[in-house]
Amino acid sequence: MIWLDTIVQGLLLGGLYALFAAGLSLVFGIMRLVNLAHGDLIVLAAFIVLVVVEATGLNPFLSALIAAPALFAFGWALQWFVFNRVLGKDILPPLLVTFGLSIALQNGMLEVFSADSQRIPAGPLESASVDLGAVTVGIMPLLTFASAVAVIFALNQIFYRTALGRAFRATSDDPVTASLMGINPRSVFAMATGLAMVIVTIAALYLGMRSNFDPSIGPARLIFAFEAVIIGGLGSLWGTLVGGAIIGVAQTVGAQINPEWQILAGHLAFLAVLLVRPRGLFPRAVD
Amino acid sequence: MLETHSLTASYGQFKALFGIDLTIGAGECVAIIGANGAGKSTLMRSISGVLKNAPGMVVHKGTPIGDLPADAVLQRGIAMVPEGRKLFPSLSVEENLLIGGQIRRGDGRWTLETVYDLFPILKERRLSPATALSGGQQQMVAIGRALMSNPELLLCDEISLGLAPVVIRDIYAALPRIRETGAAVVIVEQDITRALAVADRVYCLMEGRVTLTGPTASITRDAVHAAYFGDAA
Amino acid sequence: MQVTVTTRTRASTVAGFVALGLIALGLILPAFASRSLIQDLFFILTMLTLAQLWNLIAGYGGMVSVGQQAFVGIGAYAMFAGVILWGWDPVPAILLGGVAAFLLAIPMAFFAFRLQGAYFAIGTWVIAEVTRLVIAQWKTLGGGTGTSLPREATSDIIGVATIAELFGLRDAAARDVLAYWLALALAVGTMAAIYALLRSRNGLALTALRDNDNAARSVGVDAGRLKWLVFLAAAAMTGLVGALIYMQTARISPDAAFSVTSWTAYVIFIVVIGGIGRLEGPIVGVLVFWGLQTAFSDYGSWYLLALGLIAIAVMLFAPRGLWGLFASRTGIALFPVQRRLVTSGLVTGQPNTQREEVT
Ligand SMILES: Nc1ncnc2c1ncn2[C@@H]1O[C@H](COP(=O)(O)OP(=O)(O)OP(=O)(O)O)[C@@H](O)[C@H]1O
Ligand SMILES: [Mg+2]
Repeated sequence: MIWLDTIVQGLLLGGLYALFAAGLSLVFGIMRLVNLAHGDLIVLAAFIVLVVVEATGLNPFLSALIAAPALFAFGWALQWFVFNRVLGKDILPPLLVTFGLSIALQNGMLEVFSADSQRIPAGPLESASVDLGAVTVGIMPLLTFASAVAVIFALNQIFYRTALGRAFRATSDDPVTASLMGINPRSVFAMATGLAMVIVTIAALYLGMRSNFDPSIGPARLIFAFEAVIIGGLGSLWGTLVGGAIIGVAQTVGAQINPEWQILAGHLAFLAVLLVRPRGLFPRAVD
Repeated sequence: MLETHSLTASYGQFKALFGIDLTIGAGECVAIIGANGAGKSTLMRSISGVLKNAPGMVVHKGTPIGDLPADAVLQRGIAMVPEGRKLFPSLSVEENLLIGGQIRRGDGRWTLETVYDLFPILKERRLSPATALSGGQQQMVAIGRALMSNPELLLCDEISLGLAPVVIRDIYAALPRIRETGAAVVIVEQDITRALAVADRVYCLMEGRVTLTGPTASITRDAVHAAYFGDAA
Repeated sequence: MQVTVTTRTRASTVAGFVALGLIALGLILPAFASRSLIQDLFFILTMLTLAQLWNLIAGYGGMVSVGQQAFVGIGAYAMFAGVILWGWDPVPAILLGGVAAFLLAIPMAFFAFRLQGAYFAIGTWVIAEVTRLVIAQWKTLGGGTGTSLPREATSDIIGVATIAELFGLRDAAARDVLAYWLALALAVGTMAAIYALLRSRNGLALTALRDNDNAARSVGVDAGRLKWLVFLAAAAMTGLVGALIYMQTARISPDAAFSVTSWTAYVIFIVVIGGIGRLEGPIVGVLVFWGLQTAFSDYGSWYLLALGLIAIAVMLFAPRGLWGLFASRTGIALFPVQRRLVTSGLVTGQPNTQREEVT
């Protein structure tokens, strides 16, 4: 029974990791940019949601709704003014710029918000749970998982049902030819990063409500996100959900054996998948 | 309608075009011929904005556009069918067409229906991934995609490349119907006979320079041969 | 008309003599320098070596690792293990650090090379994290909190007594001198080796590899094997440096030894500021970094925030770094690795253009 419980908790935890991963995967899929500051941006978004909660007294969900447009604009501007200038054939400049951004963000947040652990207050939701017979699961993990499914579903709809999604896919295939179709790849990239920041806001909302966070935890979130993306297969959004779930289950199972092994077990699961399926579980056919 | 003035282009250190002067009148059909590596595609890329030039090197209706990016050039009504078709593999046939019409100028003639009318086979294959089609069908998608923006000038870079003669004939059969809309067409061709048959005027390029130009009627095979291969005979 | 291919320039000849002079000066420096200068130089030399090594794999080889802390950490821990568990003298134990880093680099390369392009970076980071987490379980070496080198071990390191006698120093200062000499040897050795590699046919292939795998193959070099070799060699050297740094510090913990900030972020910063993909870059970068560090490190996170922003600004506005700016103004290359055609003893073309049109 304890193992069933552990696995269910792990699966649900995977929802959080899938949320971390979706933004990373979106941006990589469209412009082959790996944003090393992704984890720090999640933490930044968590702080911003917290600030809105504290300033307005609204509940966290509404606060995230208020923060999301601001973070969209931030992502758009970051892409337009910074990342667009370094994207190109050489992968080094964008990597180094995002790495610099990661260091700058961590330390900027340290100055502004201090090193203290924070938490977004979620009231009674924090401890609420439902009894599913065999296992009892928290409402918060359930909500997280449901949000991850919803986010990935919505992203797929955008990708395959809208003109914006068409432009995303065309630009991802071939930015030069896309520009011959009247698409400005730079503004498509900016839209994509803006959208990724909206997902980051959702991820940050749950990160902040479920556990303590502080300015230093970004890189670890980046790594979880990255592992979920690679396990799932580059470019596969549903794959990131599976990837997240695998990391989540590995972590909870590892923690069940020895609490110190939680993080390590997740990494080892990732390496195991990389060993047997280097292109991930659901690699995209064309690339 | 469109002119280039001493247009030059280079790839890094390598100079591909040395001062090209070209004019294209409204509704005209102009052929550009030349051997492999003569610079034909480079010329097309310069006009369409894929390659950036000094503003005055390309002038459209009196406005210098040499430095505009490709998306802005398209907005001015200049569309291109790029060499090698360059369909989007992640998009279906219909999505490829739709993306070409993402920027529609006015309510011109070309819509999904009229493109399907022009190339009926595409309607049957509309939901297939674009790259699952045969070469000729892919070329039709590429032409349809460019038409969807209702261009006033259509640049076609080697639309017969690698296709069987019957297929080429089908594709060229669409040309008169495209010209009916009043659009000017530039055809880049290696097949001289075909180019001379459809075009009003011809430019022949060799190693980045125009070596021969004039109305098709006034051009002899020998002159073309000389301009093409550079023997001064 | 006689045409030869050379990589030498007037500046490089001068630089060669200056370098020899500096090495000689560096060797005798402890005779009259203050202890704090020796300590500063130790810091500069070790960071310079780390930066040169990262520049080799990332700047020349195109393998952007953000997991170099793994090699520093494992090297340091191997040295500690040699001293504490097996009673080695710390100096020979440094070699253990190189071996350990080399061994770790094999699985790291095996996994990370499976990841394309930019994901390689995070892949190396994951392995570094795994290593840190595993080492933190090593209870005999202090687990998560770390440990110190025992006093017996640090008090009679080979050579310290001689140095103390020679310069009339106390033991602690003599240890610094020893560490400094070792750092000097590592720095000079690393740079000489990298320079020699880059001037060889393999070096050409390595840069070709960064730009295009096929190009490298056409030079007739097995691209995959070359990448492996360079990555492993750089890892082993990084391990030696890590062991040396922690021999001097004499206290270790997983968080410090595997710190991504200290051993990768700083190193990347040095290379980026100085100029990536050129040997002069890290030299300029480390001096700038040392200056900033001495002047501003008291400002803590403000300082780090500024470092991050400076790195971004450099990538945006001067992607070839300070040395790149200088070189493009003056055409000077101290360590030229590009081949140029020399006609009848006259240098043709700009020193910076790799491929000249020969018409
Ligand atoms: N991306 C590029 N980088 C470097 N050189 C290029 C590039 N594209 C073309 N060139 C060179 O520019 C010259 C002109 O090329 P271009 O493609 O314009 O010729 P073309 O007339 O279209 O030939 P083809 O009939 O083969 O299509 C050629 O010598 C070619 O090698
Ligand atoms: Mg061509």
